[in-house]
Amino acid sequence: MRVLTDQGPVEMDLGFLAEVKAKCLQPIERCYQCQKCTSGCYLSEYFDYMPNQMVRLVQFGLREQALRSVTIWLCSACQTCTVRCPNGINIPEVMDALKEMAVAARLPVPDNAVFHRLFVDDIRRRGRVNETLLLARYKVKTHRLLTDLKEGVTMLRRGKLPLMFSHVKQRGEVRRIFRRLDAAKRRDAR
Amino acid sequence: MMEIAYYPGCTSEGTGKEYAQSAVSVCTALGIDLTEVEDWNCCGGMSAYKVDSILGLALPARNLARAQKAGMDVLVACAACYNRLRWAEYTLRRGRKKAGMIEELVGFTFDKKITVVSLLEVLSRRVDQHELETRVKRPLTGLRVACYYGCLLVRPPRVTRFDDPENPMILDNLMTRLGAEVRPWSYKTECCGAVHSVTNPRLAEALVTRLLQMAREAGAEALVTACPLCQTNLEMGRPGRAGGPPCFYFTELMGLAFELPDTLSWLGKHWIEPVSLLRRLSLVG
Repeated sequence: MRVLTDQGPVEMDLGFLAEVKAKCLQPIERCYQCQKCTSGCYLSEYFDYMPNQMVRLVQFGLREQALRSVTIWLCSACQTCTVRCPNGINIPEVMDALKEMAVAARLPVPDNAVFHRLFVDDIRRRGRVNETLLLARYKVKTHRLLTDLKEGVTMLRRGKLPLMFSHVKQRGEVRRIFRRLDAAKRRDAR
Repeated sequence: MMEIAYYPGCTSEGTGKEYAQSAVSVCTALGIDLTEVEDWNCCGGMSAYKVDSILGLALPARNLARAQKAGMDVLVACAACYNRLRWAEYTLRRGRKKAGMIEELVGFTFDKKITVVSLLEVLSRRVDQHELETRVKRPLTGLRVACYYGCLLVRPPRVTRFDDPENPMILDNLMTRLGAEVRPWSYKTECCGAVHSVTNPRLAEALVTRLLQMAREAGAEALVTACPLCQTNLEMGRPGRAGGPPCFYFTELMGLAFELPDTLSWLGKHWIEPVSLLRRLSLVG
């Protein structure tokens, strides 16, 4: 079956809805497009697809459009739509599932994804995040090393950028969480 | 004396240092005995759950496991950490599929005997409000503030179980008790842009600009917040790093009203200099 989109008729991916649902456990099929989510969204003006349209893309199995949209990366998960949804759908959690799927499908991802990845790497390494190190790493990775230097110096002088590398003592415990999760994912993939 | 476990979070060592310092001082002044969650780890912030939803619950859950061992409720000052720890608790309490996955990853069973509370909640609901008022030595007379809650304390309400998600009043009432003039406004719970201030600064600036403009229209000279991410964005996320109204942590204003000795050192860490406003209102010497 095909759906008529702005780009012409597109084949529906009938397994897509179930895949997204399995990941986020949200009742996506309940959405009847009242658009309350979109009308209250603070960031929708920057989106390519509105929040209600994102839900529609999933309902209709439009995998490519959903996984390549900038919306999933720009949603700040402020949860305003969740509070107002008459059908109890947590749309940011749907967006999170789509982000995970976009990364898994090795689609091009924006700088946000780089930031989140570095943040998690820091936790894996030391159990805690060092803001100085995280921001420096992010700036190197995204070729912005020379931006905000003046601000950085001021923050350092005021003691607002940590120079000590505080870490969890039982780092093994934190790493075990990551290890077990990785193992579970490998099991699922098989 | 109230005994409670305290979760500082990573910003307590950096961008939110003055929030952590003022939070601990205010608690001490009010006879709340804080015991740091032993060997706490990062809650995953606004990133872990975006990389992997289960990781974003398992990381905060490890801290719950530690607090459970100590048999104490967990007090969280940072709104972001509070939100993540509450998500973990909420998921574990519901006891569905995800709860089992989290418990297996962390290696513990949640006995539902402890809970996560926000600092704002403890200071407004668990502390005797009459006693709190008697602590006020220097009422914040003439200080016109807009209370900014942001997203993470209030939403989603079934998880954060904090206050009215559309028009919360906890912080407003607390500031009124300190003698400040609280201005009503309708942007209390709008998004400040969160980590977009790092990854999409132009977008975050647009949100911050609107918030500041609305606070000004409401007649406020300063904002009050309970979140290190919001505070940093509201002060540093202005286009061209412009000046304007300062943004206080509510604990700093409590310190000011209680005349706690370290108040000026906290305020000295701000990006937007707040002391001249306080001097104009004769709130600092």
